[in-house]
Amino acid sequence: MEPLKIENLKIYKPNNNLELIKKTGLSILAFGFLMLFVSLTGISATAPLLFLFLSFGLIIIGALIYIIPTYKESPPGIKNNKIFFNTFTSRGSIALFIGIIITGFYILLYWFPNLLVNWIRLLDPISYNLRGIKADQWFLYGTFYTIAVLVMGVRMLIKYRHNRYQIIRTLSVMFFQLGFAYLIPALLLKLNQPEFYFSYFWPLHYDYLFPNTVHYLIEHPGGLGYFMVFWGAVLTFVATPILTYFFGKRWYCSWVCGCGGLAETAGDSYRHLSNNSLKAWKIERWMIHSVLVFIVVTTALLWINSAMKGAVLGDVSLTFSKVYGFLIGSIFSGVVGVGFYPIMGNRVWCRFGCPMAATLGIIQKFKSRFRITTNGSQCISCGNCSTYCEMGIDVRAYAQRGENIVRASCVGCGICSAVCPRGVLKLENENPNQRVNFEG
Amino acid sequence: MQHLVIIGNGIAGITTARNVRKQSDMKITVISSETKYFFSRTALMYIYMGHMRFEDTKPYEDWFWEKNRINLIYAHVDKIDTYNKSLSLNNGGSITYDKLVVSTGSHSNKFGWPGQELPGVQGLFTKQDLDMLEQNTQNVKNAVIVGGGLIGIELAEMLHTRGIHVTFLIRENYYWDNILPKEDSQLICKEILQHGMDLFLKTNLKEILAGDDGRVRAVTTENGDEIECQFVGLTPGVHPNIDVVKDSNIETGRGVLVNDYLETNIPDVYAAGDCVEIKATKEGASNRFEQLWYTGRMHGEALANTICGNRTKYERGIWFNSAKFIDIEYQTYGFVSNVQREGEQTFLWQDEMMKHSLRIVYRENDKSIVGINVFGIRLRHKIFEEWIRDKKTVDYAVQNLLQANFDPEFFKKFEPQILEAFKKQNSETEKAFA
Repeated sequence: MEPLKIENLKIYKPNNNLELIKKTGLSILAFGFLMLFVSLTGISATAPLLFLFLSFGLIIIGALIYIIPTYKESPPGIKNNKIFFNTFTSRGSIALFIGIIITGFYILLYWFPNLLVNWIRLLDPISYNLRGIKADQWFLYGTFYTIAVLVMGVRMLIKYRHNRYQIIRTLSVMFFQLGFAYLIPALLLKLNQPEFYFSYFWPLHYDYLFPNTVHYLIEHPGGLGYFMVFWGAVLTFVATPILTYFFGKRWYCSWVCGCGGLAETAGDSYRHLSNNSLKAWKIERWMIHSVLVFIVVTTALLWINSAMKGAVLGDVSLTFSKVYGFLIGSIFSGVVGVGFYPIMGNRVWCRFGCPMAATLGIIQKFKSRFRITTNGSQCISCGNCSTYCEMGIDVRAYAQRGENIVRASCVGCGICSAVCPRGVLKLENENPNQRVNFEG
Repeated sequence: MQHLVIIGNGIAGITTARNVRKQSDMKITVISSETKYFFSRTALMYIYMGHMRFEDTKPYEDWFWEKNRINLIYAHVDKIDTYNKSLSLNNGGSITYDKLVVSTGSHSNKFGWPGQELPGVQGLFTKQDLDMLEQNTQNVKNAVIVGGGLIGIELAEMLHTRGIHVTFLIRENYYWDNILPKEDSQLICKEILQHGMDLFLKTNLKEILAGDDGRVRAVTTENGDEIECQFVGLTPGVHPNIDVVKDSNIETGRGVLVNDYLETNIPDVYAAGDCVEIKATKEGASNRFEQLWYTGRMHGEALANTICGNRTKYERGIWFNSAKFIDIEYQTYGFVSNVQREGEQTFLWQDEMMKHSLRIVYRENDKSIVGINVFGIRLRHKIFEEWIRDKKTVDYAVQNLLQANFDPEFFKKFEPQILEAFKKQNSETEKAFA
């Protein structure tokens, strides 16, 4: 008796060669990191380009060699296998280790950049080429960030190669990170223009509507500064409500934003760690709206102060903006927001802190065509959607009642729909009147 | 205050409890010896595969039950005394009820195969089965699964994710061919092979053999083959679990016998979910067993009305079901028979890669649709329910298929291809009659 055979069928079997290739990639990656740490000693100054290649270059190459062959391991499909057994992705020792490293990196970057000076020097050749000036700590940060989004973006593209929404969305965040948040600002500097990020707006990039920034941009010779102020204001006050009405918050949070871009690529392995209890939702609503109030008040105070030429408020508004910058801008969005990925999930900042997400969320909740539609009675309450929701939304609570999901926090990443084994969820921009179908 | 006691905290029992609470203030107690809290049975596989933890499979947080005054008891009911309206529990306690719901679920089938009780041989239905599976599959390299149904392919996928080689023994001509038409089933057979599993069709298990350590060592088939394995999954379906009612005066057949209102022969005693056998009302029809998540939920919804004084007949409406065969999603609406019935015609489209398939069965006389099987394309439940209820024609359905599409945005649309294939089939039929 023979087992069934089908001719010309591609069969996926455990493959030792593949394991070998992946291990080679990992070794190269590890060697790259070793060279990166060696560079901290300053020895890299003896042969800058060589060390640039041995560190940054090998990290990228090693990671790609490890990631790319995975598409041969199994047919395309949802393969979240062993995520909760793996110490890397289930708050195990490796997760803790990575969390500490990233958190530590942010602390050094923000407050002790002189300790990283040899890494910064390592990037001088790239910086001179792109920006016409030497590298600084923010260029180092931007380079790390962009590499993370691009390399892990490739991983995302392979993981979801059966899902065109995920492919296009991932390409979008990679494009906006590389172009709008890395190359264009660098090019602007090279052309003696203000370094400006066209993909960030107030209140996320909070100082873009601060009087200082506005004055600086307007006074900058060449007139491009006027356009930047105009762009920032239009995007914040006109485009944001319109785009959010038509597409929901996702047009920004999971398609354009750099924070979202990192979360959706480098942070993808941690999305299931977001707490989806009712308690977490309550905390979230308090926190995110408090931050929004904080930044609105700060900005308003700064403008009042600027208009009064400091006559009434004195240093109060400056103190406000300094406290905001330290607590929210640095600690919350950077150290906690990314450093705690492996412990609290990949959207800690977006969910609990981001004032831009808060405004988009309010619009999405009350005036938008966007919703996640539930397909009749097909839900089996399995919980994949809630587990893999990076914003900690209990998607299942709605789906099992046959109710559409309309939530302020939903960034529209579409993973709930992807992991649903019964085809119950679909992201849609449709008639706003049929958005909520509460049946009780 | 009336006391409603529900035996079993699966989807049928819990849906009853929740819906009774929506309508009534009566005291509600749910007893289960499987787990204290309700979980989604359909998600057990994802725990083993590492996609979720057990707590992620609980559809409600633990505070939910107290808040909704649904009292949970983690114990086993040993005996039902319908005269005194009381239950005795295995922890020595007893509990009285005014109304009783039996929703005890299923047991896995075992067909008396020699060796079926050996260590390393098991079925998969309960949380306890899952825990046992974890133990039983430590250091296993080769597994044999016997029985080609929904649980069988889920178990195969589960073991596959742990790097265990799976050999699938199926008694029928094709996978699940008592439900699926041949071409639909072939799609799934291909999916099984593609994942590197071995699939033996028309193969009966003869015996499970033990090794020196007393654990399973191999199986033999009726064709005389011996297949080495350290684990055997028995998944030839399930049957109603009626252990607790057997010794009571509640009437049973293969399941707990109920009428269309889910009432048993004893007043104030009801049954819902997998464990019921619904008595046929029409002459010549046979009793129904409905062992699906969806039917369990619908039983619970109807029964809750009855318990709250609004006697409601359970009507399952236009049939629907869904499953996922490894990577291929499946939905069905209406009724598609595995073998085409008298007076019915079929339109079938499958893509070249055998990853997508759509079958519409329609009536020969007025071309109205009877049912649809779809693989790899998501369709809207409400629209197909409407089309089947309103007796839309197959032409209408194929031409308006895009309306029913529920795939995520940007997904490839197969509807133009499907329409093309439909036109081609029609013109061939016309030629044949010309």
